[in-house]
Amino acid sequence: MRPTFSIICFTVLSGAGYGVWFVLGFGLATLWPRCVATHPLGDGSGMFMQCSYPALITHLFVVGFGLVTAGLVSSLGHLGKPLRAWRALSQWRSSWLSREGVAALLTYVPAIALLAVPLSQAWQARGLAPGDAFVPWLPDAILRPIGAVLALMCVVTVYCTAHIYSSLKPIRAWHDRHVTPGYLLLALHAGLLWMWALSTLPHAFVVRNDPRVNETDAMLLLLALTSLALVVLKWSYWRGIDAAPRAGAGHATGLESLGDVHAFEAPHTEENYLTHEMGFVLARKHARDLRAITILFAFVGPGVLAMLALALPSIRIFAAWAALVGGMLGLFVERWLFFAQARHTVIAFYGR
Amino acid sequence: MTTLPPPAAKKLGLVIDLDTCVGCHACAVACKEWNDGGDFGPLPDSDPYGAHPSGVWFNRVHSYAVEETTAHGKREMTVHFPRSCLHCETPACVTVCPTGASYKRAEDGIVLVDEDKCIGCQLCAWACPYGAREISPQRGTMQKCTLCVDRIYNETLDPADRQPACVAACPTRARHFGDLGDAESPISKLVAERGGYALMPEFDYKPVNKYLPPRPRRDGCDAAPSSGMPREETLDRDKLPGVLRWLDRALSR
Repeated sequence: MRPTFSIICFTVLSGAGYGVWFVLGFGLATLWPRCVATHPLGDGSGMFMQCSYPALITHLFVVGFGLVTAGLVSSLGHLGKPLRAWRALSQWRSSWLSREGVAALLTYVPAIALLAVPLSQAWQARGLAPGDAFVPWLPDAILRPIGAVLALMCVVTVYCTAHIYSSLKPIRAWHDRHVTPGYLLLALHAGLLWMWALSTLPHAFVVRNDPRVNETDAMLLLLALTSLALVVLKWSYWRGIDAAPRAGAGHATGLESLGDVHAFEAPHTEENYLTHEMGFVLARKHARDLRAITILFAFVGPGVLAMLALALPSIRIFAAWAALVGGMLGLFVERWLFFAQARHTVIAFYGR
Repeated sequence: MTTLPPPAAKKLGLVIDLDTCVGCHACAVACKEWNDGGDFGPLPDSDPYGAHPSGVWFNRVHSYAVEETTAHGKREMTVHFPRSCLHCETPACVTVCPTGASYKRAEDGIVLVDEDKCIGCQLCAWACPYGAREISPQRGTMQKCTLCVDRIYNETLDPADRQPACVAACPTRARHFGDLGDAESPISKLVAERGGYALMPEFDYKPVNKYLPPRPRRDGCDAAPSSGMPREETLDRDKLPGVLRWLDRALSR
């Protein structure tokens, strides 16, 4: 299949964006904000909740919003009639593409609901002098369910994206049981890469006294785990599609029972839509090198850097950004290969 | 709606005879011509008279050499193979459509694209293993065989002309049009009689169109003796007229 730039950007960027929003939603549902009861009067009578919001929440929200939106806008570039894109929301009963569109828009609801936190606090803080204490209206009790819904919707949306491709039976390399878990894991992987890089910015995490909760170490361990899981998954996927039998002209035409079938004259002298869109052979020619680049840049590199950073905290900032840049590059190559390597059944009619 | 309609009794479709098709491309040209000017047209081309013309055709005729292995060795047979939309009973090109532009008619099973709803996402073309759909870059929407729905029900046409343009144009009558849902229809009987088959049934899209396989070729080697050496001709000299009898005797000396 021809690897169209708009679709590669759509799947990589929106996948990474949903990964970022997933770690944001998961973090909000489980760790942030950390609210503690304070007794400012000192006699235990009056109780206030004091919540602290790590700056990472804002970073993840903004980066996730940018990636998701850039990805979705990029997908419009593939359409012949982009102004009619709204029509794609109508057929969610049967079409995974439609479901993906609906899920993508619904995911903005919990994401935008998170904006209520800074907005309400700004409203409350109006007229207060800097440093004045106030009790926020939206403590963790509200943020936790919003975070959980956001994380869930990210999983649903990426699941639908994967099914757009894995539901297409004529493309063997997409109609494969590795594809959906691959899309989900790759999104989480990208989300962790962005989270790691963003966590090196100032005030990313709240400094707290409780040493049992250490987001950085948990994140690095998880990143090493997704790297390892993806190496295994992609290797198994590539082995599977390489071994899959390839239909030829005899099978496509149903003439194989008569003998060996080979095309001696094509229906047209020039390229047509089918041969142009579905007869892309470049990637299959260079598959080995490109797969090595994917494994090295997208998975092994970030995984090794994460393990090194666990052992040597001093290199964390450099390692984080190197892992992000290399990892995203590797993910683009991975997605380019996913499209470019896939062979469409119709090419069998052309005897290619 | 891109959910499929309940299975209809009427299944209009084509039966293509691979035995008689001569690969003349008349069906493809007639199809292109009708659909460029019919209710669904035009079918614009890019660079039509230039060095690299390209454009949408609903019908593409492939030519194959089939190498058979017989008792007397290998021999080749030419099979011309017209390929077009098969108007499947459970087509994935319809269910994957996000907009409802791709649909299957409940009344006769024809698969069509609503040009006013299509966003040109091409997912339907990807979902079709038969290559039935081609996008028009000029129109930005997906194009496909309409089974000449604007001919077969067209009351302004003479009843004899109410058949798809490809069927009307075929000089060897290799293309047949009719109701494949009716077991008593002439083309259903033709399929039963000739062992008509569906393409790539493993996808379970249940193509309505059927292909009739080439009839077995007569084997020119059948009369040859099994010894391999040609038999010597015999001549009964006594039956010859006098002059020739003398000539034969003189030459045989």
